[in-house]
Amino acid sequence: MRTIFERPKTLINKPFTYCPGCHHGLAQRLIAEVIDELDIAGKTIGVGPVGCSVYIYEFFDLDFVMGAHGRAPAVATGIKRSLPDRIVFSYQGDGDIAAIGTAEIVHCANRGELITSFFINNAVFGMTGGQMAPTTLPGQKTTTSPLGRNTEVQGFPFKLGEMLARAEGSAYIARVALTNPRLIGQAKRCIKKAFLTQIEKKGFALVEILSPCPTNWGMTPPEAVQWVEEKMIPYFPLGEIKVKEDSSHAS
Amino acid sequence: MHHEILIGGFGGQGILFLGRVLATAGMIEGYEVSWFPSYGPEMRGGTASCTVIISEEEIGATVTDHPDICIVMNEPSFNRFSPLVKEGGLLVVNSSLIRENCSRQDIDILEVPANELAGKEVGVAETTNMVILGALIARKPVVSFSAAEKALEKILTGKKANLLSVNFKALEVGKSFEKKGGVVSVSKRSDE
Amino acid sequence: MERILMKGNEALAEAAIQAGCRFYFGYPITPQTEISEYLSRRLPEVGGVFLQAESEIAAINMVYGAASTGVRVMTSSSGPGISLKQEGISYLASAELPCVIVNMSRGGPGLGNIQPAQSDYFQATRGGGHGDYRTLVLAPSSVQELVSLTHRAFYLADKYRNPVKILGDGMLGQMMEPVTWEAVELPSLPPKNWAIKGKNEGERKFILCMELDPRELENFNRKLERKYQQMAEEDSAWEIFGEEDNPDLLLVGFGTVARILKSVVREGKKEGWRLSLIRPITLFPFPYNEVQEMAQKAGKVLVVEMNLGQMVEDVKLGVEGKAPVHFYGRVGGMIPTVDEILQKIADILRGEGRK
Repeated sequence: MRTIFERPKTLINKPFTYCPGCHHGLAQRLIAEVIDELDIAGKTIGVGPVGCSVYIYEFFDLDFVMGAHGRAPAVATGIKRSLPDRIVFSYQGDGDIAAIGTAEIVHCANRGELITSFFINNAVFGMTGGQMAPTTLPGQKTTTSPLGRNTEVQGFPFKLGEMLARAEGSAYIARVALTNPRLIGQAKRCIKKAFLTQIEKKGFALVEILSPCPTNWGMTPPEAVQWVEEKMIPYFPLGEIKVKEDSSHAS
Repeated sequence: MHHEILIGGFGGQGILFLGRVLATAGMIEGYEVSWFPSYGPEMRGGTASCTVIISEEEIGATVTDHPDICIVMNEPSFNRFSPLVKEGGLLVVNSSLIRENCSRQDIDILEVPANELAGKEVGVAETTNMVILGALIARKPVVSFSAAEKALEKILTGKKANLLSVNFKALEVGKSFEKKGGVVSVSKRSDE
Repeated sequence: MERILMKGNEALAEAAIQAGCRFYFGYPITPQTEISEYLSRRLPEVGGVFLQAESEIAAINMVYGAASTGVRVMTSSSGPGISLKQEGISYLASAELPCVIVNMSRGGPGLGNIQPAQSDYFQATRGGGHGDYRTLVLAPSSVQELVSLTHRAFYLADKYRNPVKILGDGMLGQMMEPVTWEAVELPSLPPKNWAIKGKNEGERKFILCMELDPRELENFNRKLERKYQQMAEEDSAWEIFGEEDNPDLLLVGFGTVARILKSVVREGKKEGWRLSLIRPITLFPFPYNEVQEMAQKAGKVLVVEMNLGQMVEDVKLGVEGKAPVHFYGRVGGMIPTVDEILQKIADILRGEGRK
């Protein structure tokens, strides 16, 4: 008999506590698989966010540091600068990375900090109960945009990946979704490249992962997957936004 | 032995440097010293002042209401600081830039045309501060000449070491100006 | 031992290096920028890291990250910048991470000015950020003490796994005094087994700053409380200057003001007054018992600060009503003069001073 599917060694044998239909668990599993494949668990340090995945440290068999809301890129910088031979990744939601922590992620990318950043974009503040996020789509109803996001009042959904791609220090920026097996395969390849970007010292890497939030969107999981594909992907196009091949970082 | 020395002038006249040489010389002589600059948001051209205290005992306050020695390098600091000098104290005036005469009868006033001396006798206009210091030490030996020279050696190191000889010369010019006493106008001293 | 004339900010920065600090994250602000400038030059020479952050918020969180790995790390700022760091300081206290935070304080509130002030006393000694926590607060009074207390700050941070603040002011940072660089001996400390280094170094470890179960969080808060009590028992520090036994009046002041009060004690002697000074060196823990003891000997107390009256509250807590406590303060970056304080003392001794 041959094992064709098993729990990644980097994940603790403990069920995820995320809501049904949420893709946090799937994203974290892919990250764990890549850490296994690269065989870097012993020297990898994770930095967790404030938000739905605040308990991320409980699921990974890794050293983990919990930072303040939005500050994970600065915390990761402090860790990487003091332990430059370790692999450091941060994991943040859209409120964390694209609202309160915008300055930290922009400057982290611009410094070309050798960390790998994962950004879960589900277009709402999840943990606090579905408020408007910087990535909430025009017209999307949330508890703080009950009539739908009015761009004249609340501005536009923030395309963080495109913005960070403009920074000289960023080396790899990609946006992925996990709504079908083909996209999951693509996402895993992007996650691996994002880690390799750090290992090869090319610069800062970020993977933005579009994720459904059925609970706060008021949808069933299949409806939420459909909403990601029909509403989010057209506004947040998938693919590699920036791939810097040379390792000119070490100047 | 306890001296509270207040030095004032324009930014760029080497006020803080003068204070630093004085404080370093005091330290070399084995005294307790402190140096405290006025610091403001302007980087260039503003007013500059600093307080140097040289004492036998642990220094408390690093600023003073009543300096016993005061060096004023321009008119604004002359107007501001000359009334503060302690009775029987010494006021050193850069008479090149200060046309007014001090009316106080209860202090010793030493007028030094520092800009002229620096330009003509030293040959380097930027040495007014060391000309003044040389004259001050000649009048009132708060520190010795050799300590002042050693202080310059401690401060002007590396690329700046080539400035040593001109600064030594400026000290000497100030000293001999005071010793000759020719153009010094001295008001009545309180002890006379 | 050779004496070197050094600026306070630079002496502090060099002392941090001597104490084993190899990581510094900061953001420019007057009157402490020489600390950053000095370390930007010196840290690379000793294999350390200097990084100028995009903000005070980022800087303190970089400190948090570096402290998580067990290294000695420092940041420095002045009033407005310290306000921005408060979030991070609360998290550092919660995660029990050692680090040193320097505040060369200036006139406030708001942007205020850049002249010396002591108006951040409450902020420093009451925690400053959200939640029930304290930081050790050391208040140097000379350039030499900036050196010795910087060594001590790193030691205490590691001893207690707690942030330590050095509360100076623009005067201490900007002034020059002679410094001697003697070897500093402090007790040895246990290895940092808690530090995050990647799990190859052993069992997986976490640095956390959250506990959702209220019973557990209360247990944690009690643990912090015991730590603060231990600080008070083992590490409070003060200096007594002047008349020890039968003073006419007790002066209380810290940092820059304490220096001025030393001049006042000497000048007071010329007036025939027996004056005593107690200078708290640790502002948290505050030497309440010693202040009370001295206050009872003197029967009258005058607290002098460069603020509207902050430490005076701690003095009153210490004195417990056993002696009248008077206050004299200058604010906005003004420095109290010896003459003004002597006048205030004359008023008090004549019975005219208002409490």
